[in-house]
Amino acid sequence: MKFSYFPGCTLKAEAGRSGETAISAAGALGVEVTELDQWQCCGAVYPLARDEIATKLSAVRALIDAKRAGLPLLTLCSACHHVIKRVNRDMAEDSDVRDRVNSYVAPEVPYGGETKVVHFLEMLRDHVGFDSVAKRVTAPLAGQRVAAYYGCMLLRPSSAMGFDDPENPSIMEGLIAAIGAEPVLYPQRNECCGGYLAIENKGAAKRRASEVVRSAAEHGADCIATTCPLCLYNLTENGAAGTMPVYDLTALLANALGLHVEPSSGCAAVCSVCSERNSAHAC
Amino acid sequence: MRVDNDDILRSSGTDVRKCMKCGKCSGACPSFDEMDFPPHIFVSMVERGDAAALLSSKSLWTCMSCFACVERCPRGVEPANVIEAVRASAMSPQGANRMRPEDVPVFLGAAGECLVPQQLLASAFRKYSR
Repeated sequence: MKFSYFPGCTLKAEAGRSGETAISAAGALGVEVTELDQWQCCGAVYPLARDEIATKLSAVRALIDAKRAGLPLLTLCSACHHVIKRVNRDMAEDSDVRDRVNSYVAPEVPYGGETKVVHFLEMLRDHVGFDSVAKRVTAPLAGQRVAAYYGCMLLRPSSAMGFDDPENPSIMEGLIAAIGAEPVLYPQRNECCGGYLAIENKGAAKRRASEVVRSAAEHGADCIATTCPLCLYNLTENGAAGTMPVYDLTALLANALGLHVEPSSGCAAVCSVCSERNSAHAC
Repeated sequence: MRVDNDDILRSSGTDVRKCMKCGKCSGACPSFDEMDFPPHIFVSMVERGDAAALLSSKSLWTCMSCFACVERCPRGVEPANVIEAVRASAMSPQGANRMRPEDVPVFLGAAGECLVPQQLLASAFRKYSR
């Protein structure tokens, strides 16, 4: 299995370790991942206005490069996945966007949404298979009650994302079970973490993120796991404030595969210590 | 400031006349308590040609574009897209951006390192400036 990979700005820099961790976990599962030679920030939010073209171009350039390589495009960050997947759909289905973008970018062959965009979790579920993941686990997270946090961007709008059931998703719980932990279901797992409000309305972001953490705690979770760097930041800084560990789910996967991930510093509190399988530890 | 209601309808790409005022968008909105005009009222005002009254609303800056309203609308109205269109109109005059480059250094450490995920700055910039 081979994929082109779009890391995006956050996983390449602040949370750089978590991008590398995920890719090494993929390698351990027999997936060959090649980062695109050149890529630009996806813009982090999908441009909703009908007449916006310039803000879609970086996603299109990445899609064209993956098409040239003849590989599906793998994403890890929820925002990158959301933007690139929706722009790709526009290129396939909206002739106005397609014509204007192709006229500006002028690729050797006009691009019409041919590249398949695959999120890391979809790759594990559909290409590797959770059964195969489970067979490769050497350090299962037995006894850990892990609350999957989906947030918004992977799931909605489901008509564009086609990721999972938008109201009752199961893909992250599938992975959590595969690495030997017990998935915890709770009502707030697919509600927003506060997103970009954290910049100028910290109070609102805190109220939102705290509600998510409270909901997970109320349903007996030992920790929360997510794949979105912004959700990870909001839940850690604005929600949990030390009351509940929040992990990058791919770091839990890497630890379960015996890769012994080093702790990450900075805003992305990626935990390495889960190999201890101690729910009370703090990162 | 003048606002062209037709521009907003065109830019949002959604048909607000399909709204049947069931309020499901507002029931689904995780920012409901932070808003002065919740999604169903917001859509209704645009439908009536009252978008100008929304230009100074709190709702413009507390919508998180989480698409819960878009997902759950039984009529496919896409309230988040309507809010986005009004937000863009509110920032179109010179100097009306909500976030400026001068607002960034506070998020940087002594060595110029980013203290928050870049994704947060990038998305806030896209949402709060034109």
